[in-house]
Amino acid sequence: MPSLSYREAVRDALSRAMRDDPDVFIMGEDIAEMGGSMGVTQGMLDEFGPERVRNTPISEIAIAGAGIGAAMQGMRPVVEIMYEDFLTVSMEQIVNQAAKHRYMSGGQLKVPLVIRTQGGAGWSPGAQHAQQLEAWFVHVPGLKVVYSSTPTDVRGLLWSAIYDDNPIVFFEHRLLYGIKEEVPEEIEPIPLGKARIHREGEDVTVVATGPLVHMSLQAAEQAEKEGISVEVVDPRTLQPLDEQTIVESVKKTNRCVTAHEAVTRMGFGAEVAAVVQHQAFDWLDAPIERVGSKFAPLAFAPVMEQYVVPQVEDVLQAIYRTVGRDGD
Amino acid sequence: MAKVERETRVSEELLRDFFREMLLIRRFEEKVEERFRAGELPGFLHVAIGQEAVAVGVCRAMEEGDVFGSTHRAHGHTLAAGTHPNEVMAELYGKLEGCSHGYGGSMHLYDVERGNLGANAVVGGGLPSIVGAALAFQLRREPRVAVAFFGDGATNIGHFHESMNLAQLWNVPAVFVCENNNWAESTPRSQHMPIDDIAKRALAYDMRAMKVDGQDVEEVYVSAREALDHARSGEGPVFMAVETHRLVGHYIGDPQVYRPKDEQRELRATQDPITKLRERLGLSDDDFEQLDREVSEIVEESVRFSKAATDPKPEDALKNVYA
Repeated sequence: MPSLSYREAVRDALSRAMRDDPDVFIMGEDIAEMGGSMGVTQGMLDEFGPERVRNTPISEIAIAGAGIGAAMQGMRPVVEIMYEDFLTVSMEQIVNQAAKHRYMSGGQLKVPLVIRTQGGAGWSPGAQHAQQLEAWFVHVPGLKVVYSSTPTDVRGLLWSAIYDDNPIVFFEHRLLYGIKEEVPEEIEPIPLGKARIHREGEDVTVVATGPLVHMSLQAAEQAEKEGISVEVVDPRTLQPLDEQTIVESVKKTNRCVTAHEAVTRMGFGAEVAAVVQHQAFDWLDAPIERVGSKFAPLAFAPVMEQYVVPQVEDVLQAIYRTVGRDGD
Repeated sequence: MAKVERETRVSEELLRDFFREMLLIRRFEEKVEERFRAGELPGFLHVAIGQEAVAVGVCRAMEEGDVFGSTHRAHGHTLAAGTHPNEVMAELYGKLEGCSHGYGGSMHLYDVERGNLGANAVVGGGLPSIVGAALAFQLRREPRVAVAFFGDGATNIGHFHESMNLAQLWNVPAVFVCENNNWAESTPRSQHMPIDDIAKRALAYDMRAMKVDGQDVEEVYVSAREALDHARSGEGPVFMAVETHRLVGHYIGDPQVYRPKDEQRELRATQDPITKLRERLGLSDDDFEQLDREVSEIVEESVRFSKAATDPKPEDALKNVYA
């Protein structure tokens, strides 16, 4: 089995889709000669040429909108918004146009568009280059939202996203691009709406996304030394959400922690908590704990940035609280 | 789709056909106003009275396979593109038989089969995806053109500038039809843009621009043929600055406190595209009245059709969210 980094896994899915299907093309800022600001599309210009690997002006409205228009004509564009902070510039197109054409047309149109983007803290980019805004998009009917945490997942999910007939906001995390994993030779498409249980456990379920999946796995190992058995579930797609896997896990463990890098307030964990309390109320032995960023923009100074975003220790402490144990 | 010979003049037969279509739109819009005031139509509505020649001239110049995006003032474009009046009216009544099956309404009329990719209620919101449709035609080497309708007000939004820039940069087959009626809702052009000549907007992008009298359907049609031909042949997008007049308020019921009272009266007397074409064709009263009876009956029938049409079930609201 080849070993691929998360970055290479994204590139592999894009490239294979473009080899297989002339309707797939990519566009975005600096994605051609430069290979993308994160290096994801390196080499693709050479293989596919400038018609299908399209450098765009700095025009996030037009990038999203041109993708929508091409998708409505039956193509399968994958557009890149360099930082998810810049999705806010495209917001009108994503929310009012991409998400609603099918609906407003009474089912006449489809918008098979993937909007790839990335973000995430941990390298001091400051307040406008590292936000985690995935929850905003889950709030919009008509969009699907994906957030991948591993090379295997990002490859299989991106493949499914490209061949899905709906507009999808596809979140990647900057600090995950370098992580490696052995992946199957052939892409195994991962259905949207199917969670992954990374680690089975008996005492606490941690529902985590993005880098918090890896932090939660580390926290789980530490907790195990204390005799606490932790199950780690990554929903992978936030919309549609695999409620069943999450609820079944909590019914088994009776405790739940949600963990994401986005700000805790109104974060995706709030929705997970609502789903769990509603469907597994009688199984819960402790209040659901939420782990996320503190309520502040991201500061530049590394000590402040690290203070705001969640760390392994934050997940561990949340696990301890659900089992009624003082960690410190 | 074959390339069309550039026409320098339009046959009288075709002009008569345009006249009938424009009159149909006028009578349709008047009926919409009447039924809205009678409380039969939900939502809020924008009629295109005064701008019929733009809709007919541009839409009739399009070829099969061409597509367009419309605006909140969409009834005229939709009818001119061939959607049956019954389907347009039924949409305004919120019926399943409507052209958007009750999901869209007046500001979101769609008819994909006839190239209508949807009317957009975010001013300028539809422009980027028209560039995207044109990009798809270019990538697939299809001789098709994507047309964007929008008003003067939309040329102040970033969407417009990003779309113009990208369209010209990539040389996609798009035509930008700016229906300049000199009003952005209640705000006159003098208060919303620092230039008098809206065609100058295209200069910044080195895009071909045309100035068109939007009250003269022949001129609109001939210009649109030329613009479409230009775009279709791969020579790049075209910006059509079409001067027109909104002979009514922004929306039905708009008291127009912002507009001099005699302006509209004067415009109606001098700038009504239907009166102009009627004079041009030298239509007799008898001819006119016969045409008027025909189109008015079509409009009456659209109301009867819509009232008898099917209401969606409330839970149909949960369909069509995803493909």
